[in-house]
Amino acid sequence: MLYAIFCYNDEDVVFSWSKEQDDAVMAKLDVVHQKLARSGKLGTAVRLMPTTAATTIRKDRDPPLVIDGPFAETKEALLGFYVVDCASLEEAVDFAQDLARANPGGAYEIRPVRLYRPGSEMK
Amino acid sequence: MTDPELDWIDAALTSARPQAVGALLRYFRSLDTAEEAFQEACLRALKHWRHNGPPRDPAAWLIFVGRNVGIDAARRRGREEALPPDELISDLDDAESVLAERLEDAHYRDDILRLLFICCHPDLPATQQIALALRIVSGLSVAQIARAFLVSEAAMEQRITRAKRSIAEAGVPFETPGAVERADRVAAVAAMIYLVFNEGYSAGSGEALARAPLCEEAIRLARLLLRLFPSEPEIMGLAALLLLQQARASARFDADGQLVLLEDQDRGLWNRDRIAEALALIDKAMRHNRPGPYQVQAAIAALHARAARPQDTDWAQIDRLYAALERMQPSPVITLNRAVAVAKLRGPAAALEMIEPLGPRLSGYFHFFGLKGALLMQLGRAEEARLAFGRAIALANTAAEAAHIRMHLDRLARDSVQSGQASTAP
Repeated sequence: MLYAIFCYNDEDVVFSWSKEQDDAVMAKLDVVHQKLARSGKLGTAVRLMPTTAATTIRKDRDPPLVIDGPFAETKEALLGFYVVDCASLEEAVDFAQDLARANPGGAYEIRPVRLYRPGSEMK
Repeated sequence: MTDPELDWIDAALTSARPQAVGALLRYFRSLDTAEEAFQEACLRALKHWRHNGPPRDPAAWLIFVGRNVGIDAARRRGREEALPPDELISDLDDAESVLAERLEDAHYRDDILRLLFICCHPDLPATQQIALALRIVSGLSVAQIARAFLVSEAAMEQRITRAKRSIAEAGVPFETPGAVERADRVAAVAAMIYLVFNEGYSAGSGEALARAPLCEEAIRLARLLLRLFPSEPEIMGLAALLLLQQARASARFDADGQLVLLEDQDRGLWNRDRIAEALALIDKAMRHNRPGPYQVQAAIAALHARAARPQDTDWAQIDRLYAALERMQPSPVITLNRAVAVAKLRGPAAALEMIEPLGPRLSGYFHFFGLKGALLMQLGRAEEARLAFGRAIALANTAAEAAHIRMHLDRLARDSVQSGQASTAP
């Protein structure tokens, strides 16, 4: 079974870390990453930019509504995610709009990725 | 705080501070009472959190405890009654779960806004606004702020006290301001944040250590403001601008503390994470099609950040952006900056022609004479260049700025024909 692990924390605290603090946390995490990677069990790892960089598409209406900021409702649950490589936010929004037409209802939050690690070849 | 085990508590207290102090201010309607209540709540947090771990919602915890503390204090002053014992607030987990829901969104935005608006009260001069915001919103100690502003602790204490008195006399507006007034005051908050950043950024290398936290604090405040106004492109622009400038922090001074010009900086030292975040914010802002001065300045900084090497810089686009900025915010300083792009595009003579009319208005401005000297030097007008550099040194704001000009003068002395580089602050 594949599992996704989502990371939650106080972003105000995390994004106030100094470079040294951040590097120290990443170094500790990397020890764990490497262990997982060696066993061929580590897939893609992603670190996101803060929610201030987010754009949300409400697709529970037609046409979908593009709004600034993160997805803040609590009614809907996280059901999946995509990682896409786009030249601009505009392109990412267009892509999400296409997805929205295929599957209306709910919302997409578009968040730029700060760190992307493709991960090991999983067995 | 020196104990590394307490770092997480320190970080949580700092992060919760604007919301908690904002809520306490709503209860007590007095900055001093709100601050004292928050301080006391922090002391109790140190004790409780160390044993029990972090609460689920630190801000809600601090508001709850702070409110009880403040009420006790008021009661004590009023009737000299015995204080309720600490045990009354010992079962904080329950209190928190009830409170957290009520606190969630209802007041969050208004509480923080009120706090920011008060610090940027129109009656306060900018220096007091900055000091007050750093004290009240950011929670820096008076000693830290004094160090950053290079004044004595007593002087800073006095400045903050005076600011608080002005606010008390003016009467604190507790109602949420209307749309028009709100827009004005958001602009005032943005300007305050920009000034906080510049206080840190304009420091020389010797002072940089004490003043650098101001830049980080400004970025934190800009993100906070952006969370309150997620659809305001100018706030996105402000946050992006600060991130882009701060991304260059490690490259701005060499090992000897000398200022390194933008085009001489080691671009490998630039913080790519911050640049990427800024570019994402600019991307967001552009979708709104409502350009403003912060967005344009961010776009200019972004063009520098995107250039892998100095010679890859898109000077034509920078020239166009400065022209747009001149239209939005006519200022001789902007024209001066534009002249740097013009010098790259059309040569030093065209740039010199552009800045010469600025002389009367910039006769006390270091960068004017720095650039003028550099352009004259490039044109081989050594004697005039020397004069301009002489004026620049007399007007230098930091030792690093003066040292940089002296370097030009030395070069002139060695070989007055050799062409130099255009010079403005990086």
